[in-house]
Amino acid sequence: MSHWIIAPLLLPLFTGLALLLGARRNLRMRRAISLAATTALLPLAAVLLMQAHDGAYQVYALGDWPAPFGIVLVLDRLSALMLMLTAALALPALLYAVRGSDAAGPGFHALFQLQLFGLNGAFLTGDLFNLFVFFEVLLIASYALLMHGQGPARSRAGVHYVVLNLIGSSLFLFAVGTLYGIAGTLNMADLAVHVAHSGASDAPLLRAAALLLLVVFALKAALLPLYFWLPRAYASAHAPVAALFAIMTKVGIYSILRVYTLVFGAEAGLLADLALPWLWPLGLATLVLASIGALAAQELRTLVAYLVLISVGTLLAATALGTPDALAAALYYLLHTTLISGGLFLLAGNIRRQRGPYSDRLLEIAPPLQQAALFGVLFFLGAVAMVGMPPLSGFVGKLMLLSAVMPGTAGVSGAQAAWFWATVLGGSLLTLVALSRAGSRMFWRTQGDALATERPDGLRIFGTAALLGASPLLVVFAAPVTAYTQATALQLASPASYIDAVLGADARAAYARTLEDTRQ
Amino acid sequence: MELLFALCIGLLTACGAYLLLRARTFPVVMGLTLLSYAVNLFLFAMGRLATGAPPVIGQAENHTDPLPQALVLTAIVIGFAMTAFVLILALRSRGETGNDHVDGEDVASGPVKEQRP
Repeated sequence: MSHWIIAPLLLPLFTGLALLLGARRNLRMRRAISLAATTALLPLAAVLLMQAHDGAYQVYALGDWPAPFGIVLVLDRLSALMLMLTAALALPALLYAVRGSDAAGPGFHALFQLQLFGLNGAFLTGDLFNLFVFFEVLLIASYALLMHGQGPARSRAGVHYVVLNLIGSSLFLFAVGTLYGIAGTLNMADLAVHVAHSGASDAPLLRAAALLLLVVFALKAALLPLYFWLPRAYASAHAPVAALFAIMTKVGIYSILRVYTLVFGAEAGLLADLALPWLWPLGLATLVLASIGALAAQELRTLVAYLVLISVGTLLAATALGTPDALAAALYYLLHTTLISGGLFLLAGNIRRQRGPYSDRLLEIAPPLQQAALFGVLFFLGAVAMVGMPPLSGFVGKLMLLSAVMPGTAGVSGAQAAWFWATVLGGSLLTLVALSRAGSRMFWRTQGDALATERPDGLRIFGTAALLGASPLLVVFAAPVTAYTQATALQLASPASYIDAVLGADARAAYARTLEDTRQ
Repeated sequence: MELLFALCIGLLTACGAYLLLRARTFPVVMGLTLLSYAVNLFLFAMGRLATGAPPVIGQAENHTDPLPQALVLTAIVIGFAMTAFVLILALRSRGETGNDHVDGEDVASGPVKEQRP
């Protein structure tokens, strides 16, 4: 049993605790520790990515308690990919933050590390209650990060965010309790075996619990009826916090992918493919409404928040199709959209600093920026990637999504293809209009002398450029990345191997037999 | 006993949901608290209700499932911390926005201007 798996949990946990207890006075020291730990996450994630690359599952039994009794961490391709994405997003956001955003409150770096701890834990755990605990860890950290720096707008968005997520946590516990009451286990692999062999008498309760769980994950992912908190919360957060939050909606999407392929997936007997009929219309509706929201946005930050929602809608609609091709394309698109929306949040933060009183409002007329060329180029890069125009990664992502949903592809009906093409292309058009309007107002419709502000900070620009620069990189390395996401999609489509890896093939067969016997 | 227990949980949940919809921070906090009580009782009941059965094997003839009790403990700790946090947050929001509506805007009098104490 390799101990590498637990390193991405222990590193941010202990760094966060050390930052909380020691070095309270010395901001420079805190920055150095936090930066070092976050940088170290990158090679760690890379090691795990290499280990997961061959497709073997790695199961780490905490305290060496065997699978259904103890809590396990499971590393597969999807987990490794999400860990890598978290590390790649966190470092540029932190680079931006150390240039002053972290000085507004004493706890920023500790909270940032604990947030990473919660994120990494949620991506690795193989136990449903443990997933709840990691959700709470990352939420507690995110509540405080959202409030970082105070102000009425932040408290207002914060109240919504906290109350909604607390209700979500209660629902999560109700769902977990119901599942435990029926199946007697919360280990996801064990639960999957139980659900697959559940009789008709248990099925309605299991279905209720599963859909309750879907509500919770949809709240985290910001799916249609549950997304109204997101634009306000993300727009009122500090830029680096908002950039890190770009992965928070993806935690919801990851949980949906994990639970509804493994436990309530295609092989779940009476409860097979439970979530897909819900995800499909809601995903498409989210896409449409978020596109309209993007058109109406008055500030660059709000616009980017709506772009996050558009990506959520696209991803969940593609997931709902359930074909491996669509899933592989969605995973590529997920990488692209997380990094680019994080980069655009940082860019909006930069622009706010430079424009002073004009902030990042999209005004009819405003004085030009002093470094209009620099910010213009960065904005253009991000906008082209986000809209999905060639040659950047958004184009590749959307092309793969659309070609995975071609009419006539196996598993995709003509109506589904028509709906998907129409909404994704329509949404892209609206995004194009919204971003062109934002860009031309920000950079072209200017009047008067340039704003006399300080020079932009090098490190902040570097953080922004690093995230936006992920787009050309994703195009250059499109072949290996898509090979990886395709393998990931295939791995997700065969939950039996996950269960065998966690429980052991013999134990699983014996358990399935006992379940069948008790049923008869 | 099961019926009484279920009715209790249902009543707590209903009261919690009602208070949450009041959209003033204090009732909302109370609603969250009631909801978390309901959750804790519910989790506890998922190990099946039994009287006089300790959650330890070998102490008595029957034993009850210890895991839900561990889950409830975790849930209580988390719920308690969250309630404390949301109270502080509500107080701060009251101080900064000048009213106790969860939207930060008083419905009766329209959006509140920045108020300085």
